[in-house]
Amino acid sequence: MTLFDETELRLGLPGGGGNKNVEGGATAVHNPGKRGYDETIMDLKLKLSSSDQETKIDHEKKHASANPPAKAQVVGWPPVRSYRKNMLSVQKKSSLHNEEGNDSSASFGTKGNGGGGAAFVKVSMDGAPYLRKVDLRLYQSYQDLSDALGNMFSSFTIGNCGSQGLKDFMNESKLMDLLNNSDYVPTYEDKDGDWMLVGDVPWEMFVNSCKRLRIMKGKEAVGL
Amino acid sequence: MDPNIKRVNSLFPDEVLERVLSLITTHKDRSSISLVSRSWYNAERWSRRHVFIGNCYSVSPQIVANRFPNIRSVTIKGKPRFSDFNLVPDDWGADVFPWLSVFATVYPFLEELRLKRMVVSDESLEFLATSFVGFRNLSLMSCDGFSTDGLKAVATHCKNLTELDIQENGIEDLGGHWLSCFPESLTSLEILNFASLNSEVSFDALEKLVSRCKSLRVLKVNRNISLDQLQKLLLHAPQLMELGTGTFMQELVSGPLTELKNAFSNCKNLVTLSGLWDATPLYLPVIYPACAHLTFLNLSYATLRSAELANLLAHCKSLRRLWLLDTVGDKGLEAVGSCCPLLEELRVFPADPFDQEMNLGVTEVGFISVSRGCPKLHYVLYFCRQMTNSAVVTIAKNCPDFTHFRLCIMTPGQPDYMTKEPMDEGFGAIVKTCTKLQRLAVSGLLTDGTFEYIGKYAKNLETLSVAFAGSSDLGMEYVLGGCPKLRKLEIRDCPFGNAALLSGLMKYESMRSLWMSACNVTMNGCRVLAKERPMLNVEVIKDEDSDDSQAHKVYVYRTVAGPRRDAPPFVLTL
Repeated sequence: MTLFDETELRLGLPGGGGNKNVEGGATAVHNPGKRGYDETIMDLKLKLSSSDQETKIDHEKKHASANPPAKAQVVGWPPVRSYRKNMLSVQKKSSLHNEEGNDSSASFGTKGNGGGGAAFVKVSMDGAPYLRKVDLRLYQSYQDLSDALGNMFSSFTIGNCGSQGLKDFMNESKLMDLLNNSDYVPTYEDKDGDWMLVGDVPWEMFVNSCKRLRIMKGKEAVGL
Repeated sequence: MDPNIKRVNSLFPDEVLERVLSLITTHKDRSSISLVSRSWYNAERWSRRHVFIGNCYSVSPQIVANRFPNIRSVTIKGKPRFSDFNLVPDDWGADVFPWLSVFATVYPFLEELRLKRMVVSDESLEFLATSFVGFRNLSLMSCDGFSTDGLKAVATHCKNLTELDIQENGIEDLGGHWLSCFPESLTSLEILNFASLNSEVSFDALEKLVSRCKSLRVLKVNRNISLDQLQKLLLHAPQLMELGTGTFMQELVSGPLTELKNAFSNCKNLVTLSGLWDATPLYLPVIYPACAHLTFLNLSYATLRSAELANLLAHCKSLRRLWLLDTVGDKGLEAVGSCCPLLEELRVFPADPFDQEMNLGVTEVGFISVSRGCPKLHYVLYFCRQMTNSAVVTIAKNCPDFTHFRLCIMTPGQPDYMTKEPMDEGFGAIVKTCTKLQRLAVSGLLTDGTFEYIGKYAKNLETLSVAFAGSSDLGMEYVLGGCPKLRKLEIRDCPFGNAALLSGLMKYESMRSLWMSACNVTMNGCRVLAKERPMLNVEVIKDEDSDDSQAHKVYVYRTVAGPRRDAPPFVLTL
């Protein structure tokens, strides 16, 4: 498994711009390394702007102390090694599932799988009038998920984004072509609140860290 | 003068001196010995079996080979420590291969290689496995560049392997088949640690390996090994001293718990326990029989709450080292303070480093309770979201023997949350009270005052880590002007500029290295340093689209090997 961080790409939040990887593996909403100390402290005082997160931030405003709010993420801070971060994020998802109504006599899954029970996530597709919900644990691979999503949304797709089109989107080598044609791109919000491109990490890791899915219009998927 | 009285030197043949010196093992002592006289220098170099290279670029493989002809064991550290936090680009360097190719010629009897933050390719591992007939110990920590194929080569070719320790590496995991490559004839394994590898190994192969290696004393498996499987392994290896379990949760089957508990109680030599992924209150009690003689318990992958921890710790009276997740909360730390009077080391890691909403974690209250109950505490790594000066002052008073104090207040630049003042006085108390302090990591809102204290009082400080702190060049100048034993200084996101950098002109050659990133240092400042101090390598790591006059990442280190010849295009040696 490659380092999670190496494959981590951050898409722009709706309406905002995203950042490319600047140095091998490291991404940030802003990169304090490029500018001096003063700009960094200023950036820490700025809040992330996002339609999804605005309500969260307003809530924080009421309770915040007079100090820089920590919502802005800085590269390599807090100084927790990637290995540990990965292990914990996979685990957290598992233990959350276990707390959802599983008692001790239920099956917890075998061989360190960790998660028991379902992993329902909302799936939205740009342009579709309503959302769907899928249980990620019903699928064994990205291909299975792709097929299922293709079937679900085929009635809403415009142009050449049918279930075959969606299957193609899960295929990395076709992704760039399709992005250029501003077709749809599958993305997901992970445990840390970041929007990621579907398909980069091993399937099991994806299932454990995915909170919701969004099939975006390719035009909006900047920063890849 | 009596002609029978000879000069001391000729009474003492070199062979005898070498024999005596062969008993001296620490590299610091050996360094001192080599400075005594020419003959002692020679005796030392011939008798040295282990060489420690703290910075792979401070010396070249040829120089090492020329000086030490009889080396059996090598330890090498590569990248700057901040590479752990993604501050160093890939392809920066620290490739082990150039070392291996020299060693293959000069040290054909090499037995041990321990690497940290080095780049190790599969080719290097294969080369290692096939070039050194008697090779026995391989330890790779925080390395990257290899895959499980490289491990296959090691398992296949190293006929006398006693140690394979793979920790927290950026490894490409292509499957668990490597473990099956250990031949049936291999019975020498004493240490096997594959806890950080993700894919499943063949349990059958593992079980057979464990049963035939009667001297196995350290076994750390990965998460894929189930409790049932663990039980079988323990039955084969009751002699284990250090155990890393796999997942600590499984489908409940009638009756296994008592057997598992018995398996643990049969391990009379167990002193270290780790792993414990997914541990829940249901299964944790199986380890209780082994707890009384545990000295090191690593719970940093078990999301325990305070009650579970308290129940567990009640059995762990002998603990000296404890690693936890902050899910245990302050109440959990209270239990630490009451149950573990012999505790010397505590590390508390954040379960959710980025998400404040989920989990408050631990605060100053927890830290104080530990300090009260554990007066022998000398090593702390503590991640928290709030801290006060008075708490740190109290902690220093309770535990004056700190040698390692690493406090990470997770929000950059956060003051004492009650008084809103900078954390100067807290850290000041640490350096004033804890005279044995060797390593310090500071955080929170800090003015130059903190560094004035550090420079003035921290007489034994060797390693200092600073982030988002200081008010002006003075901060760094205070440290460089004091701290006589400083060896490693790593700084990020601080307002220190050229004057600060250059104030250390006289000091850097007595240090291993300096790292400065996202500070106010310019290329010109770095050039001046490089010009004045030719024995230093002054390297600037360039960002793609950065301002050319700023030096965003600077790495300065002493070296006898001259400028790097393998530097990638984005590393400029000035």
